[in-house]
Amino acid sequence: MKLRYRTALAVLAVCGSFSSNSWADEPTSSGAATGVAVTFNGADIAWSLIASALVLMMTAPGLALFYGGLVRKKNILGVMMQCVFLMGIMSLVWALWGYSLVFSGDLGGVGLIGDFGYAGLQGVIPTWVDGAQVIPPYGPPSNTIPRSVHMIFQMMFFIITPALICGAFAERMKFASMVLFSVLWGTLIYCPVAHWVWSDAGWCSEFNPNAAFPAFDFAGGTVVHITSGFSALVCAILLGKRLGYGHEPMPPHNLSYTFIGATLLWVGWFGFNAGSAMAANGAAANAFVATHMAAAAGTVSWAGIEWLKRGKASILGACSGAVAGLVCITPASGSCSPVAGIVLGFLAGLACFYFCTTIKNRFGYDDSLDAFGVHGVGGTLGALLTGVFASKAITGDLKKCGLLEGNANQLVNQFVGAFAAIALAVIGTIILLKIVDALLGLRVNQAGELQGLDINQHGEEGYIFL
Amino acid sequence: MNHPVKTSRKEHHVKKVEAVIRHYKLEEVKNALTQAGIQGMTVSEVRGFGRQRGHKETYRGAEYTVDFLPKVKLEVVVADDEVANAIQVISNVARTGQIGDGKIFVTNLADVIRIRTGETGPGAI
Repeated sequence: MKLRYRTALAVLAVCGSFSSNSWADEPTSSGAATGVAVTFNGADIAWSLIASALVLMMTAPGLALFYGGLVRKKNILGVMMQCVFLMGIMSLVWALWGYSLVFSGDLGGVGLIGDFGYAGLQGVIPTWVDGAQVIPPYGPPSNTIPRSVHMIFQMMFFIITPALICGAFAERMKFASMVLFSVLWGTLIYCPVAHWVWSDAGWCSEFNPNAAFPAFDFAGGTVVHITSGFSALVCAILLGKRLGYGHEPMPPHNLSYTFIGATLLWVGWFGFNAGSAMAANGAAANAFVATHMAAAAGTVSWAGIEWLKRGKASILGACSGAVAGLVCITPASGSCSPVAGIVLGFLAGLACFYFCTTIKNRFGYDDSLDAFGVHGVGGTLGALLTGVFASKAITGDLKKCGLLEGNANQLVNQFVGAFAAIALAVIGTIILLKIVDALLGLRVNQAGELQGLDINQHGEEGYIFL
Repeated sequence: MNHPVKTSRKEHHVKKVEAVIRHYKLEEVKNALTQAGIQGMTVSEVRGFGRQRGHKETYRGAEYTVDFLPKVKLEVVVADDEVANAIQVISNVARTGQIGDGKIFVTNLADVIRIRTGETGPGAI
């Protein structure tokens, strides 16, 4: 087994293409200028695969239960179906063209979007070349995992991001319209932003040495939470309020589900953030600890402010605070210390609390499950605070630090990156919703909304007793 | 065995006592009724309000007044001569003196039939 493992995995890599192949008999970390021989690392692969599974668990059952408990009982299956169907459709889109548009090359050389080099998983999965198996590695900066591991890990992010938006239009959007919107949104908004931030050619990527505004976004504060949060806000406004919003009670129908979902999200987030190191290393360890501390601080601050203001700390508040803390630490978990994580989590709990309970009501839009209030607000706060608290002790790079260590530029970069993502998310979502509205309509009809999405859209009921 | 079901001609010899009470009083009321010789009962979870009205619940700052409060409804069927006793037992045990103790409703029943044997009237209770 051991011998087979070494021969099978200790294979070559050529940055991005297979024009030349060379086998490495021994582990080595250096190679010719055109190609880098690599050794896969069992620990890195194992952790990255486990992390991928953890991130999938965040969408379902995590988010499905978190959101499902918050809606009225006639719509629980509608929410769960959105989550599970996105697990299906977004995976296909990611394998066919999504991964390629983010991580393959750079169309036009301006750092805006990738090309079709990896379309259909070509160059991602193992091939048989010249009588030998070739397993493409992830490639610089890390050659210790196969590219397929990076692809599947990133796929889970592509799934959960549109699923987060579902919280804004819950209980009223047509299923078909949600599917079409998510596919278009993933392709035309998520993929560009992920390319900007995470590819080695992106214009605001820390992995691009020539980037104009290299921003730190370790695990997707900008790519996942800002894009989904601001698109959610646009969805809530353009779809309009739920029937009866504001004068009929719409309390969560099962906060026990919401609790289970939130705590699954907390655990899954270790994969989300610590897995983003794509290696079993010190960066993963720091991200894990910082993530946990932020969630802990968010839980205490949201529930605590409720306790002070209303005399009671609520389960929903504690769960919401945990998620707010997790959202906020997401971009920072690769560059900020766990102590900074406590500060971020604490501030996120307070900021999201005030937004969801006070500020939102002044505007009167119906973001059913506070997708914007938690992900948009917490994500933006996290992106900016990353530029404040980033530390060379964590990044291990003298130049990679934030405002507190004298690098005000980093805060500017964070702001520019976040603002660009907000702009694309808002404008893009408006356009996509107009297109989907023209093709399919956005909302179920009145009778269907009163009946509930479970029966109206799916022909099933969530709760049948006897 | 064939037990033709006959409707009793003597009506109003059995009554149904429905008591809407607090959840935490159920066990005590059940024990008291059993001790008083009442053999069977049916309970269900219900929601409603009387003078007590509702309470406030808050979810992420959205405040709702919940009018329909959870209660337990207990139904016992007794012969006429046991009605006063049943009411007495339930009232004594379920009473706290606070608003929200609940209500007791008494209705005449046309008949009672034991499905297994086909017996009717008070004997079927």
